Amino acid sequence: MKQSVSLNTAGKIARFNFFRFLFQGSVSKLKQMDPKVALKKVAISITSILLFLGLWYMGAKALYNKEADFKINKALEERGQAAADAEAACIASGNPDCQPNTLPSPAQVWTSFNSLLKDHGIISADKAAFKVKTAALNAKREADGLDPIVYTGRPSFVDQIFRSLTTVFAGFLLALFIAVPLGIFIGLSPNLKSAFNWFIQVFKPVSPVVWYLLVFMIVKTVLIGSNDDSSFTISFISVGLCSMWATLVNTAMGVSSVDKDYINVAKVLKLGTVQKIFKVILPSSLPLIFTGLKITLSVGWMVLIAIELLAQSPGLGTFVWEEFQNGANDSNAKIIVAMFVIGIIGFLLDRIMLAIQNSVSFVKTDAI
Amino acid sequence: MAYLELNNVHKTYIEGEEEILSNINLSIEEGEFVAIVGFTGSGKTTLVNLINGLLEPTRGEVLFKGKPVTGTSHERGVIFQNYSLLPWLTVEQNVLMAVKEAFPKKGKKELTEIVAEYVDMVKLTPAINKRPKELSGGMRQRVAVARALAMKPEMIIMDEPLGALDALTRGDLQNEILNIWGKDKRTALLITNDVDEGIYMADRIIPLRPGPKATLGPEFKIDIERPRDKTEMNDNENYKQTRNAIIEYLMDIGNERKSEAQEELVLPDLAPKDFVNQFK
Repeated sequence: MKQSVSLNTAGKIARFNFFRFLFQGSVSKLKQMDPKVALKKVAISITSILLFLGLWYMGAKALYNKEADFKINKALEERGQAAADAEAACIASGNPDCQPNTLPSPAQVWTSFNSLLKDHGIISADKAAFKVKTAALNAKREADGLDPIVYTGRPSFVDQIFRSLTTVFAGFLLALFIAVPLGIFIGLSPNLKSAFNWFIQVFKPVSPVVWYLLVFMIVKTVLIGSNDDSSFTISFISVGLCSMWATLVNTAMGVSSVDKDYINVAKVLKLGTVQKIFKVILPSSLPLIFTGLKITLSVGWMVLIAIELLAQSPGLGTFVWEEFQNGANDSNAKIIVAMFVIGIIGFLLDRIMLAIQNSVSFVKTDAI
Repeated sequence: MAYLELNNVHKTYIEGEEEILSNINLSIEEGEFVAIVGFTGSGKTTLVNLINGLLEPTRGEVLFKGKPVTGTSHERGVIFQNYSLLPWLTVEQNVLMAVKEAFPKKGKKELTEIVAEYVDMVKLTPAINKRPKELSGGMRQRVAVARALAMKPEMIIMDEPLGALDALTRGDLQNEILNIWGKDKRTALLITNDVDEGIYMADRIIPLRPGPKATLGPEFKIDIERPRDKTEMNDNENYKQTRNAIIEYLMDIGNERKSEAQEELVLPDLAPKDFVNQFK
């Protein structure tokens, strides 16, 4: 499995390779299988997707009909037969003014997805035009020692995704840099372990919302008087604090449960403390550390949406909340689009972590 | 003065509990090959760990070249029972790590040369870049042998090094270890549960009476000329006698243990409660 990565490096597009890297496990597994079995596996996957879409479609349709009937009945009771007929005709005509507001069907979601992409194209073009337009002016402002004029228009859906990824990545790095070293120290020293145990047990179950409020209290005061937007800082710190516990606990456990044989080897070879940590303890606890990091990343991505929503930091969370508040005709469909995007990105992040883990750790883990 | 000396060594893991080892006296001369034979669970590994410095005796003293053993030392190389190779390092890296620690002043080139030499000695040059997982049990133990010897210890301590191997690989490795040992006659201590292995390899065999309270039995000298040949040895009168004597001794210990275990237990006077009459 590992070899296929090194073999197909030459002459292929980097992006293609990247996706191969992510899915190489399943692809090479399929290749190894008997074609009949492989075909069956693919067929089962496709059938399950179709079944899911079918159930979704029927569910959405039932909800749509229920909402439509309610609207027509309401018109009938309040305004009489003529109004009810008008309402029914309006709904049947597909006029956006009187559409039932409920779970969107797969087709509606697909349309919204395309319209979001189109929207992104328009905004990108707008941004590029803005850049061209302000280039001369910004050069002049820079020469005068003034801040350049920046684009302050509405971010597109794709921009929001990248903002969210930046936030979660910053939070993840924060968690990594706090939890891994701290976990190593806790794992190495029983005294530190008992000192930190209550701390971990008490703060681990705290909800993301409360972490956000705590970080908000502190950052607001720290950054007092500053004109910068603190929402990004607040949200990435909150994400980091919420998600670091899995890594902390797993690292401490990995470090404190290194095989006694390896410790004996280190003793017999008379390795120094630093050598012992870097050459024996860390490599042997890497699998557990990575398990922790994988949980951290997925928890971070999960709580990110809630935290962005609270912090009003631009990103997918804000997008979802704004669409909900907006209540436009296709808002519900856009929320579902965001849901799928969030899910798929979470899945990709997990696969990337797994690929990194398998390239650095001696224990090879298979994807589920 | 003996090279390695154990004087009245006692060992308990928990204060006040029964002793694992009790009153161990052992002395090994320089260049000697001594084997300690014992049943599994008789405290062999504890004894080894006392000698290599991983454990300290509760009472008594362990002297190496006249000085008490405190902690591990590069002068005493250890080959562990379960290989104890680091799974994330290749064969070369595993050996190199040990060599680097033993000779901190040598340059990288010199170190890799030493590694190559010892890996070659155990015939693993083709597998030098493999990880322990890709090797068979015999090959893994060879790496462990190379790792211990590459540090050029003055004494080699082997804790059931061949215990987990099949009979054929075992024989091969016995010869290899003897060859390497014969080259510069380092002092060697072999812990084993195989009497034949002990007789084939060692100058002296000392049985370890099973624990708890394990202690060393009388020693048996093996007066068979080296290099020894396994098939020829079978017809050697001296070999037969020694072998029979050791096995008889061990069997006696085994029987003693059994008869101790057959001590009659006093059962408590209990009977099932009578539920039938209770509801009348």
